[in-house]
Amino acid sequence: MIQTEGLTKRYPRVTALNGLSMDIGPGVTGLVGANGAGKSTLIKILLGLSPATEGRASVLGLDVTTEGAAIRALVGYMPEHDCLPPDVSATEFVVHMARMSGLAPTAARERTADTLRHVGLYEERYRPMGGYSTGMKQRVKLAQALVHDPKLVLLDEPTNGLDPKGRDEMLGLVRRIHADFGISVLVTSHLLGELERTSDHIVVIDGGTLLRSSATQDFTQATASLAVEVADSDEHPDGTSALLDALTAAGLTAKADGHLLLVDIAGEDTYDAVRDAVAGLGLGLIRMERRRHRIAEIFAPSARESAPEPTAGAA
Amino acid sequence: MTVPTGEPPAGASLYDIGYRHYDGERLGRSYIRRALFSQSLRGAYGLGRSGKSKVLPMILFAAMCLPALILDAVTVYAHLHKPPVDYTRYAIYLQAVIGLFLAAQAPQAVSRDLRFKTVPLYFSRPLERIDYVAAKFAAMASALFLLTGIPLVVLYAGALLAKLDFWTQTAGFGKGLLSVALLSLLFGGIGLVLAALTPRRGFGVAAVIAVLVISYGAVSTLQGIAYSRGNDTVTGWLGLFSPVTLIDGVQTWWLGASSSFVGGYGPPNAVAGTVYLLVVLGLIAGTFALLMRRYRKVGLG
Repeated sequence: MIQTEGLTKRYPRVTALNGLSMDIGPGVTGLVGANGAGKSTLIKILLGLSPATEGRASVLGLDVTTEGAAIRALVGYMPEHDCLPPDVSATEFVVHMARMSGLAPTAARERTADTLRHVGLYEERYRPMGGYSTGMKQRVKLAQALVHDPKLVLLDEPTNGLDPKGRDEMLGLVRRIHADFGISVLVTSHLLGELERTSDHIVVIDGGTLLRSSATQDFTQATASLAVEVADSDEHPDGTSALLDALTAAGLTAKADGHLLLVDIAGEDTYDAVRDAVAGLGLGLIRMERRRHRIAEIFAPSARESAPEPTAGAA
Repeated sequence: MTVPTGEPPAGASLYDIGYRHYDGERLGRSYIRRALFSQSLRGAYGLGRSGKSKVLPMILFAAMCLPALILDAVTVYAHLHKPPVDYTRYAIYLQAVIGLFLAAQAPQAVSRDLRFKTVPLYFSRPLERIDYVAAKFAAMASALFLLTGIPLVVLYAGALLAKLDFWTQTAGFGKGLLSVALLSLLFGGIGLVLAALTPRRGFGVAAVIAVLVISYGAVSTLQGIAYSRGNDTVTGWLGLFSPVTLIDGVQTWWLGASSSFVGGYGPPNAVAGTVYLLVVLGLIAGTFALLMRRYRKVGLG
């Protein structure tokens, strides 16, 4: 789907991309990087809107420097920022954007009705977009990226500004784009945990270079840990350290992080071992949840001491 | 995802709401340019937009046409031998209406896309920067041409009804159309450049009005001073410094129109006449180039 080779982009003051080489196949690919890691620059180059300083890139087998327009006809783009005029309805807006992708008026209207339904926008679609919730706006932004039935969509931080429920719905939609619609997805986020649940493949970039590119499973195994919090009891005034000793004795790798214990997940039986240890000590188990690390921790092991990013609903 | 073909199997639901791929035609840049042009042109008159946004352009359009209808009535019933107002003079008389229209609609055409950051959505599609700028430029100029040209058609129709000389009227009408075409391109370009400077609609409106009113006011005042000192050459050259007097100078020298300059002297000589035309054409090309430049940096925001 996307190939880059030694892709470099230098601005007068900063180097946004530095010799980035990667090969992204079909499916859902998560592009992870901190703000300023070069994600947006990469998207601009892939859409043929900004020439690379060095190196080459191709999208769907088309060269970005010479076949930009052909790429943009077959690719959808959902920007990170707001991009919706408040005084027009979702239907009018998406119809217009479909025509801007080269669809004839009738086809544009049909595709708009279909696409808005697929992203979950019904009666609201005839109302001006100014009154929409953030979740509805994100759906319209997604719809305008899908309306011309692209082969690939580039989604820039689609979950930004959404509450946990909205996030889950959006990630479910992203998953469906590939699973049900058969459209490949490149989705960016600064949160690895989020993409773990959605992507088949994850690419991590930092400072404009490729840090890691592998199947999502590899990441999950490498990064999963269990956060355990227990209540102190009369018998064990410091329940956390008592549990730490018990777990270490049971052969698990764990370390204390304030009131929390972070236990590396060795396998399914880790959960049982923690449960048994807590019960054995007679402590109250306040919570036990699977944690995912911030991306920073993947490429900076020293940063592991800092608090990991909690992911709701895991474990 | 799969497209059903042929007869649906027995018991298949009529309400298949699965995803359907689009296998139809994908039209190229020229179609997209035309679609953007017509959407912007309609938008300039509030068509395809809320009822509220139709009010002002429609009132201004009526204000442009109404005097022409009255003049028609006068021509027909008073049995005049020539129309009371020259075709080339009509737009100059009603320049305030044209200015208001431009001030209201140029920001509508470009500031909205900037303010709501819709521009990146255009540039992530097959159209190129020049397609966007050309469509917006052409739409604004066409909106102005309709605003200034249709009253001339009304005047012309009135003149023919009054059975005035056909050839004289047709020649005058043609010159009038040529003059308002130039005016539409010049005003459209200036209005769009000023409006595209800022994503704020209000600033755009104020900037367009300020540039038109201040430049015209200053030029007229200075022309008045020069005229009172008997310096007709200076009066003729001063017209270069405001959009309305530029058009006036061009049509006076090249189309034989009567000048609206203070004292009624147009460009003083052939050199001045040529300079007027070159400045008008240069401004039209220059505003287009400035717009291209303006959108170079917009990219994906």
